[in-house]
Amino acid sequence: MSNYNGMELMICLASRYLENDGSVVVGTGAPCAAAMLAQRTRAPKLMVMFEAGGIGPILPSMPISVGDSRTYYKGLLTTSMPEIMETCQRGMVDYTFLGGAQIDMYGNINSTIIGDYDRPKVRFPGSGGANDLASLCWRTMMITPQDKNRFTNDIDFITSPGFLTGKGAREAAGLPPGGGPYKIITNLAVMGFDEETCRMRVEMIHPGITRDQIIENTGFELLWAPEVLESEPPSDEELEILRTEVDPRRLIIGRG
Amino acid sequence: MSKNNTDYHVAGDQEVLYKKVGTRRLFSNPDADEAREHFKSKSRRMVDKTTTVKDAVANLVNDGDYFAAGGFGSNRIPAAVLHEMVRQKKKNLGFAGHTSTHDMQILVAGNCINRCDAAYVVGLEARGLSKNARKSFENGEIEATEWSNATLAWRYKAAAMGLSFLPARSTLGTDTAKYSAGVEMPCPFTGKPYIAVPALYPDVAAIHVHRSDIYGNCQIKGISVSDLDLARAAKKLIITTEQIIQNDEIRREPHLTVIPYYEVDAVIEVPYGAYPSNMAYEYFTDEDHLMEWLNVEKDEQALKEFLDKNIYNCKDHWDYLEVNGGLEKINQLRIQENLCDKV
Repeated sequence: MSNYNGMELMICLASRYLENDGSVVVGTGAPCAAAMLAQRTRAPKLMVMFEAGGIGPILPSMPISVGDSRTYYKGLLTTSMPEIMETCQRGMVDYTFLGGAQIDMYGNINSTIIGDYDRPKVRFPGSGGANDLASLCWRTMMITPQDKNRFTNDIDFITSPGFLTGKGAREAAGLPPGGGPYKIITNLAVMGFDEETCRMRVEMIHPGITRDQIIENTGFELLWAPEVLESEPPSDEELEILRTEVDPRRLIIGRG
Repeated sequence: MSKNNTDYHVAGDQEVLYKKVGTRRLFSNPDADEAREHFKSKSRRMVDKTTTVKDAVANLVNDGDYFAAGGFGSNRIPAAVLHEMVRQKKKNLGFAGHTSTHDMQILVAGNCINRCDAAYVVGLEARGLSKNARKSFENGEIEATEWSNATLAWRYKAAAMGLSFLPARSTLGTDTAKYSAGVEMPCPFTGKPYIAVPALYPDVAAIHVHRSDIYGNCQIKGISVSDLDLARAAKKLIITTEQIIQNDEIRREPHLTVIPYYEVDAVIEVPYGAYPSNMAYEYFTDEDHLMEWLNVEKDEQALKEFLDKNIYNCKDHWDYLEVNGGLEKINQLRIQENLCDKV
């Protein structure tokens, strides 16, 4: 038995991609936990931004809204949504995290509707800032549970761009060159994207998970990195900080 | 050739191709000259604009108007104005679904909206989805046109600049653009593709601020979200304020003024006027109340009773506060806001 749950593993893995001198726009939930953990471990100088206008907070606890006052607690600047988005458009933001109901093999994400647009079976919030962040930040990441319904090429609506239809498609559509999906971190694996085809590719498998489990929980054909690594489990230090400082009320990690 | 001598100007006599990528309806007129005609007749007189929420809503919000709310859904929203719009049964409003969460939930509860520029709708962020708001989109009661938060914010900005559109680089290549009303066009200098987003001049907007004088010179603490552009884009603007202050105080620190009086049509002092949303440095969100609201939406009868108790049977924001714990509750929320590293 491991001494951590799936959510704790995903947050720790995500936090390790955030660099000390980098910048990240995060939302609430697991991505925010990853940024807080990074700030308290290997990236104390990580520049955290929130789309509603908070810049450089020393996060005291988990915000519940990307515009609540925690998002600029002891911050450097309280500004506007246009300024955050324009900073992304200028190319100053390295990372962002998105969520969604569906994702396809090119990393395109749906957070708008299930079904037909005019009479949707389910209406979700829509883009919010997600499309802008996926279009304008350099590297887009996702922390998500992995299953066949969610990982599907029958995506009902492309809310936010991944690699669209493959290599060069973002640039052809007019999106700034060089951006796109970077890592998809799930309860089973960490996936990146093949450089040539821009298709999703398994790079790390979590301890105790098999290739078959990953295949069974994905609605499209996955590529595999030449050398698939085993994900490094959370360290004792990471778990301690995550549980006592980042999310002591277990709002996120309590979801398993 | 050295950079010094390069002419970057590439526009010539070539034909410009516009591509109507957005297939949905544009709910408001982006024309800058039509807006200028309106602003030409808007009063520049620095007069006392204080009134009541009831009168402001009765006089400035008309059925069918396009309405926009300031703040960020569950933060610094003009809650007193929104409740009054529901009480006065405003109908067939257009709505800017710009990071709208609880603000939209209130207006949907009153069946006030029939069309929406949807950037972020029906959700309350980490708290969950509003069943009632979802239903109104799913059964077609609200007609939607999609945007992203940035493109909708830049639509306000285009209007604030007195323009009819701005170019943007996000949403290209996605269904968010396809279900918008945006137009793809090349940059006249580089030839690269942009999406042109139309200026949004709302008929009327409401913004809650920390401090204002009786003329409408406003100060906001913390993040401004899109409110500085919205204040300038809106044809009519209702300001509710935690506190009315002397004009002398405005003049002592003019660098703190973020909305000037000439944008403003009505000023109402509404202490705790953002409740149950978060007011920066004043009081935190009433999370229990928001969760209760989400939960009662699961049962039609429970929702009806809840709305009677919290809106229809309240004459004003003071009544609403009283129903939910009054000053004692506010005091708890003040502690949560300002001593957040201790609680």
